[in-house]
Amino acid sequence: MRIELVKRPQRSALFSMLSPFIAFALTIIAGAIMFALLGVNPLNAFEIYFVEPISQVWQLHELAIKAAPLILIAVGLSVCYKANIWNIGAEGQFIFGAIFGSIIPVLFPQFEGPLVIPLMLLLGMFGGAFYASIPALLKTRFSTNEILTSLMLVYVAQLFLDWLVRGPWRDPQGHGFPQTIQFGDSAVLPELMPDAGRANWGFVFALVAAVAIWLMMSRMLKGFEVRVLGSSPRAGRFAGFGFNKMVFFAFLLSGALAGLAGISEVSGAIGQLQPVISPGYGFTAIIVAFLGRLNPLGIVAAGLVLALTYLGGEAVQSALGISDKVARVFQGMLLFFVLGCDTLIHYRIRLIGMALTKSKGAAQLEAAPKLGEAR
Amino acid sequence: MGGTVSANHDRANLLEVRGLTKIFGTLTACDHIDLNIAKGEIHALLGENGAGKSTLVKMLFGSLEPNSGEIFWDGKPVKITSPGAAKKLGIGMVFQHFSLFEALTAAENIALSLNDGSPISSIAAKARALSYSYGLPLDPDSLVGDLSVGERQRIEIIRCLLQTPQLIILDEPTSVLTPQEADKLFETLERLRSEGKSILYISHRLEEVKRICDRATVLRHGKVVGHCNPREETAASLARMMVGSEVKAVVRAPAEGIETAPALLEIRSLSRKPATPFAIPLRNINLTVRAGEVIGIAGVAGNGQGEFFESVSGEVLQQDTGSVRIRGKDAGGLSITGRRLMGAAFVPEERLGHGAAPRMKLSENLLLSRHATDGKAFVGSGGTVKNGAVYSAAQRIIKAMDVRKSAPDPEAAALSGGNLQKFIVGRELDRKPSVMIVNQPTWGVDAGAAAHIRQALIELARSGSAVLVISQDLDELFELSDAIAVMHNGELSTPLPIAEATFEKVGLLMGGAEPGHAEHSLEVA
Repeated sequence: MRIELVKRPQRSALFSMLSPFIAFALTIIAGAIMFALLGVNPLNAFEIYFVEPISQVWQLHELAIKAAPLILIAVGLSVCYKANIWNIGAEGQFIFGAIFGSIIPVLFPQFEGPLVIPLMLLLGMFGGAFYASIPALLKTRFSTNEILTSLMLVYVAQLFLDWLVRGPWRDPQGHGFPQTIQFGDSAVLPELMPDAGRANWGFVFALVAAVAIWLMMSRMLKGFEVRVLGSSPRAGRFAGFGFNKMVFFAFLLSGALAGLAGISEVSGAIGQLQPVISPGYGFTAIIVAFLGRLNPLGIVAAGLVLALTYLGGEAVQSALGISDKVARVFQGMLLFFVLGCDTLIHYRIRLIGMALTKSKGAAQLEAAPKLGEAR
Repeated sequence: MGGTVSANHDRANLLEVRGLTKIFGTLTACDHIDLNIAKGEIHALLGENGAGKSTLVKMLFGSLEPNSGEIFWDGKPVKITSPGAAKKLGIGMVFQHFSLFEALTAAENIALSLNDGSPISSIAAKARALSYSYGLPLDPDSLVGDLSVGERQRIEIIRCLLQTPQLIILDEPTSVLTPQEADKLFETLERLRSEGKSILYISHRLEEVKRICDRATVLRHGKVVGHCNPREETAASLARMMVGSEVKAVVRAPAEGIETAPALLEIRSLSRKPATPFAIPLRNINLTVRAGEVIGIAGVAGNGQGEFFESVSGEVLQQDTGSVRIRGKDAGGLSITGRRLMGAAFVPEERLGHGAAPRMKLSENLLLSRHATDGKAFVGSGGTVKNGAVYSAAQRIIKAMDVRKSAPDPEAAALSGGNLQKFIVGRELDRKPSVMIVNQPTWGVDAGAAAHIRQALIELARSGSAVLVISQDLDELFELSDAIAVMHNGELSTPLPIAEATFEKVGLLMGGAEPGHAEHSLEVA
């Protein structure tokens, strides 16, 4: 007995559109089973998880705070993934953006004024782009697999940050806590509506980035270049588009946006550097990118949904005493179902008994076109 | 025209098709097709691209399901639901595009497709025996990557024969063979016929259909327009049945004053090391194409044509910038975009995935090769694409080249091969390039469309451009070239003026007969 995926001749346009919603519904069903197994009433849990965290205005601000870095990072990643370049290391680029942007408030706290924030943001983008250029360089120079290098660099970044805040950048007046000094007032990203809630300019950056990238991908030659190189690299080369240049472009762009998210998070929501500054935004953004179908506008919606899973996780922890790791479970299930639905749009499942394969059955014919592709 | 004479009336039908219909959306690809194939006959299936040949064959081979109609096998009604079912009945198919792993041996490739768990050695022995008995000598232990295209085709044929089919479907089998190799294939087919096997032979080379086929079924626009005995027809009458009107013969006015015309494309001592273990090195290639002339490059596939095209187009750059010169200037160090901006245009061999991005619309595929040369027209300030201008230019090309399609601006992959080729050639012609380099301009393209493309290339040359055509189709090269050079094992012969060139001379050069070529064969092996 063997399971095979057989390519469908046509993709259903309807199901392509519905797929994220089906995936979300399946996540809810699986989540209900999980809550039931944990001994909680699923309906009650869902209310606490998905409804209560967004029932008041200040909570919507919290949602925006969580969604901003997810959207910023995912929008950049969508360009990479459209170009068939697999940047998995946005978490590391996020951290490096935060570190570079923090140079001013940590090392030059006496420097104040309206220039501080723009400079910090620029440095943050530079830091993220710089860190993303490492896997790009390795890929173009030595043909290394960018999935591995970008992912491994995440751990390097996490440990580097850990060393910084415990060592050279530790606040001397901090009673030995591993953290930097609190950023000065001019180094804190302003809040949008201080009376209503904590949401800061990071959310605006995220929306601007989403619209800008959407325009680039759909209206501009650069977006065309990304799509051609991603879907048929040889045709891209025939068009005169350089693949190596694209590797750098995609990595630098996504790195810069991740870096911007990093410095916005530290300067806006946290106010100082700590050993851990991200609850896995860089990884969750991968889910956001796919849930948003790699479309920047879809990513805005997906980012809000995933931000809710973080808030919901915190809510069930305090209300029901369930670990907030539940948030990770929900995110994982969502990605699993999204990818599963997408796969089933392109392929159908076929079970093949051993007896059939013995009698030189259909398998070889399915294999034939694949061989052709392999050439 | 269209007689109903059949030499095989008395013989039993192996396959009968009644009213087979396949509808895609609004397009009826096959409309009530009737087809009889008798035991022991070679039956030709003729038709232009988009006439429904592939759709029909796919239904016979079980990869598409008909909307209506019946299929009888040996007089019994059957449903062919999958290629596996087709094979069980005894239908084998040799595809135009081979599906072989280059890094595996012939026997391993065969074993992969048989998938019955028998040891490689016994498969190799069977394949060897079968190959010799059919006059298709093949060493099952050789790596596919080392084999010529003709030899690779033998693997495909033997792979098919090992399953002892009663009906063998061959899709454009001679398009990759030298005339001598094609002769060998015909002997094999006749041998199979004498054993009582039936063959469905898809081709657009009318001369060979006349030579080996007993009956022909002609399709046009998804309908059967006639059954005939090709031996009693002329190539012109067959073409007329296929196209529905007279096919205009390609007219090539003699080129005048070529010797003094400026050289627009010069290749000087171009060499290139093989990029992969299976690539062919280029060895000291020299060639000049002058304004107003068409030079043809003949050669069996896989003798360096692909490598040559990549080098001249600028997809691969040269160390010595003077080894490729366009309009009198060094271009060897320029990218494909740089060379396009100097006035050159390129049409690669592979349509899907190289000349065009399969999942992109035709208008986007227009932008693919012309975003830089027509930057002013197609790209506005700040790098935004002027979609309206691109769309109307694409429609202009579609009209000029008579590209047939099912939607106003379909994806490239939705077009038949010939129609996509018309679009890709038209995309470059529309620019009026001063240097045009085309690899396999009419590969798998039907007679009507091919004549259209060839005539357009000749007219481009006569209007003062330099045209270089790389092709495996000798008929085509003789039809449109002013001189023919032959590429063999990475070397290019001196061009033979068309007046001196004969099929035999060129055929011998394709086999590597020119002195000085022999010494390399050792070095490569």
